[in-house]
Amino acid sequence: MEWFLANSGMVMGLAGQHLVLALIPMVLGLVISIPLAQVARTHPALRSVVVTASSLLYTVPSLALFIILPSILGTRILDPLNVIVALTIYAVALLVRAALDAFDSVEEDLRQAAIAMGYKPWLRFVQIDLPLSLPVMFAGLRVVSVSNISLVSVAALLGVGNLGMLFTDGLQRNFVTEVVVGIIAILVLALLMDAVLVVLERLLTPWTRAAKASGPAAPSAASYLADANIHTGAAP
Amino acid sequence: MDTLAWIADPLHWTGSSGIPVRLLEHLQYSGLVLVIAAAIAVPAGLYIGHTGRGRVVAVAVAGALRALPTLGLLVLFALLAGSSLMPPVWALVILTVPPLLAGTYAGISSVDRAVVDAARAMGMTELQILFRVELPNGLQVMFGGVRTAVLQVIATVSVVAYLPLGGLGRYLFDGLALQDFPRMLAGSLLIAGLAIVVDLILAAVQRVLLSPGLKTDLRGGQKAAADLPAAAPAPAAVQGGTP
Repeated sequence: MEWFLANSGMVMGLAGQHLVLALIPMVLGLVISIPLAQVARTHPALRSVVVTASSLLYTVPSLALFIILPSILGTRILDPLNVIVALTIYAVALLVRAALDAFDSVEEDLRQAAIAMGYKPWLRFVQIDLPLSLPVMFAGLRVVSVSNISLVSVAALLGVGNLGMLFTDGLQRNFVTEVVVGIIAILVLALLMDAVLVVLERLLTPWTRAAKASGPAAPSAASYLADANIHTGAAP
Repeated sequence: MDTLAWIADPLHWTGSSGIPVRLLEHLQYSGLVLVIAAAIAVPAGLYIGHTGRGRVVAVAVAGALRALPTLGLLVLFALLAGSSLMPPVWALVILTVPPLLAGTYAGISSVDRAVVDAARAMGMTELQILFRVELPNGLQVMFGGVRTAVLQVIATVSVVAYLPLGGLGRYLFDGLALQDFPRMLAGSLLIAGLAIVVDLILAAVQRVLLSPGLKTDLRGGQKAAADLPAAAPAPAAVQGGTP
């Protein structure tokens, strides 16, 4: 505790870097995945390609990817860009599948009704498909958020600045407190991000609260399975 | 090109830091972690999935463990208990239990309740229901959890070399220390290759183990799952790399 108070400035600084390295890939992943999923949804052949490719990319351990990327991108090994690109790849791999499931979760009847009411395809996508797919989309986002925050710390092994530095430094100095502070800081960061996403989801999907009584058992099963799924991504 | 030359160099295929030795170390650590984790997670998952008891606790624990940073846990265990083999293995076990537990639980509880009730009505005991009805029917989903866990262990074992122990991760950290980039890249490619090959082997094993009755029904089964909007992401998510 004393050590934390004395070094809180440094920990906060690292936490800031950590958050940036975790958040940018999440936003980029979302921006790339939604159009990709929408295209894949309408082309069945492309869909299986996307699903296979995303699971294959997932298989590559992150530490390996952090090192392979510089030779592809032409960056230096210490460049934070490697981390951002690597985590974006994982985020896309996970979010494309989440987005596909999310768009599938929108009832076809609603789509047909929107077409019958004269919605143009683009407007229908923005006003019907996208909002109604948000609950499933957010489940995917929460998985990405937790796994990204945990994964960023691995980049500290290569010397990229973030809370993981507390682990490498703690090991070198044989200083347990620093490592514990690092673990707690990462847990707090993950919990805060998760809370932000939960609040955001509640704000964006007010109708789900009214419908909650209809099927309380199903979402818990889904979150369980998301649990099993995330771990490939969470692996370094 | 330097990297391929590095891998092809016969010097790197012999001795105590040769590729075969490091590969074997990597597989040994991974196997040890998986055996211990499975011994804990599979019985617990079978129990929770069959009885439905302790679900809330399991979700909470799995969720909390998910947010734990791998590297931090490894370093903490190494500092507290010394960097011999077992402390990092225990840290890895803690990280491997959640996907195995979630996969096992999800597999068992994904089995159609009508099928389970029919088995019970036919006079099967609870154990018979679990091992002869729920287990074979839930295997597809369970394998998703197993493959996730295996991939995660293979990936994480490369970090163990930082402590420092053996395994393919040694090439990454030795290469980093010596600024020997081909060695780092070769190590990374070997780890990525190992992960992909093991996942393909598991996919093949899954295909062999899966009951033939379920294969023909695959499409119908997925359709049924898609009817439940919230359950829809589940099969796709857990099946993992099934092509």
